[in-house]
Amino acid sequence: MADLATPGPDAVQFRFRDDEPVDHAAVTVDAFLDQSNASAVRIEPGDDARAILPHIEQLRLVEVNFPGFMDGRGYSSARILREAGYTGELRAVGDVLIDQLAIMRRCGFDSFQPDRALDEGDAQRAFTTWPEVYQAAADDRAPIWAKRHG
Amino acid sequence: MYQYDKYDQAMVDARVAEYRDQVRRRLEGKLTEDQFKPLRLQNGLYLQLHAYMLRVAVPYGTLNARQMHKLADIADKYDRGYGHFTTRQNIQYNWIKLEETPDLLAELASVEMHAIQTSGNCIRNISSDHYAGAAADELVDPRPYAELLRQWSSFHPEFLHLPRKFKIAVIASETDRAAMRLHDIGIRIVRNDAGEVGAAFYVGGGMGRTPMIAPCIREFVPLDQLVTYSEACLRVYNRHGRRDNKYKARIKILVHELGAEEYARQVEEEFAHLLTQGIEPPLAELERIGAYFADPPFETGASDTLDLSDPDFALWVERNCHAHKQPGYISATISLKPVGGIPGDASAEQMHLMAQIAELYSFDEMRVTHAQNIVLPHIRKADLYAVWQQLDEAGLGTANLDGIGDIIACPGLDYCSLANARSIPVAQKISERFAANGKGDTLGELKLKISGCINACGHHHAGHIGILGVDRKGTENYQLLLGGSEAADTSLGKITGPGFDEDGIVNAVETAADVYLRERQEGERFLDTYRRIGMEPFKEALYG
Repeated sequence: MADLATPGPDAVQFRFRDDEPVDHAAVTVDAFLDQSNASAVRIEPGDDARAILPHIEQLRLVEVNFPGFMDGRGYSSARILREAGYTGELRAVGDVLIDQLAIMRRCGFDSFQPDRALDEGDAQRAFTTWPEVYQAAADDRAPIWAKRHG
Repeated sequence: MYQYDKYDQAMVDARVAEYRDQVRRRLEGKLTEDQFKPLRLQNGLYLQLHAYMLRVAVPYGTLNARQMHKLADIADKYDRGYGHFTTRQNIQYNWIKLEETPDLLAELASVEMHAIQTSGNCIRNISSDHYAGAAADELVDPRPYAELLRQWSSFHPEFLHLPRKFKIAVIASETDRAAMRLHDIGIRIVRNDAGEVGAAFYVGGGMGRTPMIAPCIREFVPLDQLVTYSEACLRVYNRHGRRDNKYKARIKILVHELGAEEYARQVEEEFAHLLTQGIEPPLAELERIGAYFADPPFETGASDTLDLSDPDFALWVERNCHAHKQPGYISATISLKPVGGIPGDASAEQMHLMAQIAELYSFDEMRVTHAQNIVLPHIRKADLYAVWQQLDEAGLGTANLDGIGDIIACPGLDYCSLANARSIPVAQKISERFAANGKGDTLGELKLKISGCINACGHHHAGHIGILGVDRKGTENYQLLLGGSEAADTSLGKITGPGFDEDGIVNAVETAADVYLRERQEGERFLDTYRRIGMEPFKEALYG
């Protein structure tokens, strides 16, 4: 099993879930598909999130890595997982910055493990940036068009 | 035109607050420039050669008088008393201070305007036909669809970190006045054989260093699936577009490398999946938006004749006006291309005047065109002479639409940090040359487009005559292209041969024009003659 740097739940700065965090490290997508009864996997930007969909029942944690914040493939990966019915923890890992938090929430992320701890006050403000939303996404917010015609 | 409701206003206000906080954190050193740059870009703020440049969105180019007055006030208060209208129907200010931008954006929000997603690797302002809602040849007004997509694309959480910028245009007539097939997605609203209205999707067009004409990837998308299909197009791009090389990151490269068929297949697969996700607004939303674009209260039985006894007025009508769907009305284009002027520039005074005229005579509406002019879409023919007189007095009556003086030019090396060569002085010299020798009036339609670097913001590939400024061993050099078109007969120009220096390129354009004047047959435009006789006679005259 490819053992990635063990983060441990302590490094997760924000978590919007009540269940117990998974206590072991995530494996790579390749390793996960090779064996595996792992319940935690890590998706890199170049990985196809759809490859793990047949096994999402057994997963409790999916980490999506953002090696650089400008690479937006992880947003699609996150939504694809949520659209497929994945309800476990979806964690944004890596170059996670204040100004990406709100849209990551919208794409279904419910925990955040930034490389560098973020300013708590700035982060709380960021999570509540948008009073309304224009699109249906992976969160449960009603889009503006639904409110207009509700 | 569209008006914000409390939701739209809340979103724009929230954006101003978010941006104000971002500027604060940047100034406090909590954000590095690398972290801040994409944030400011998605609020339209570029760092140029001499100062910050702010690009303000004019959705599908439509403006009312209150908004134009505000743009003029901003030009006075935050800039040097003028603004520059762009090829994507927006306006740019060239002398902006970072610290003042949050207040500037708040002022824009007070008139339902913003600079959201006018730059950066996201879905940009959506452009459209500048005669929308007025043109005699349109199927429907394309702007409700553009507005639907504006809302969908604004702050779209999945698509704010795309491989590269993404531009969408929506039209609804056979005549293409928006260079639709030179966009990342071009949408043409069409009617199918069953009589239903829907959308044809063209994906993967663009200019830049690798110009491509978008292939049609789906001939008909029903109106109640527009957002879902767009989302599928974007998701395939976001996941698979190249991110290893900035110059190969546009969707045109993905579509080209996959092939249009394979790209379309992947989109269909994603589309089928997304149709199960309930992401499409109901048709009632399109109807709600559409109501804002209902015809203004046109006077029925208005006189449909014009008194053309003033020859200067007659010339302006012939060149700058366009047939209106409503008898007794006409659309008029205000040229922002006076002889020797900077293409697309308008002073604050001129903006105020255009706004006043629009309010009085054009049902409070104006359009910015992709050729960097301003349209008054709905003028009563009975008022046209008075309108023209007021414009002419203010230096806004130039009769040169689509002629050689109606030049599209990027800001070039005078402003832009990417440019290799100056564009504006070349445009000015060509415009002055053809005014002085009188040939400008004999050439008819001749679209000249100038870019100061390979990024092609001046659309040189799509000019009947195109000019590309390059850096050649430290000096500015200009390549000449012939035969491009951004209209329904879209084509890409070809380079004639070795480039020219600044004066040389002005001479070369005149030489090419002379070949046309010599060779043209009855009724032929420059482009038609070029297509008939080919490149050789031009090469012979230029280099022989």
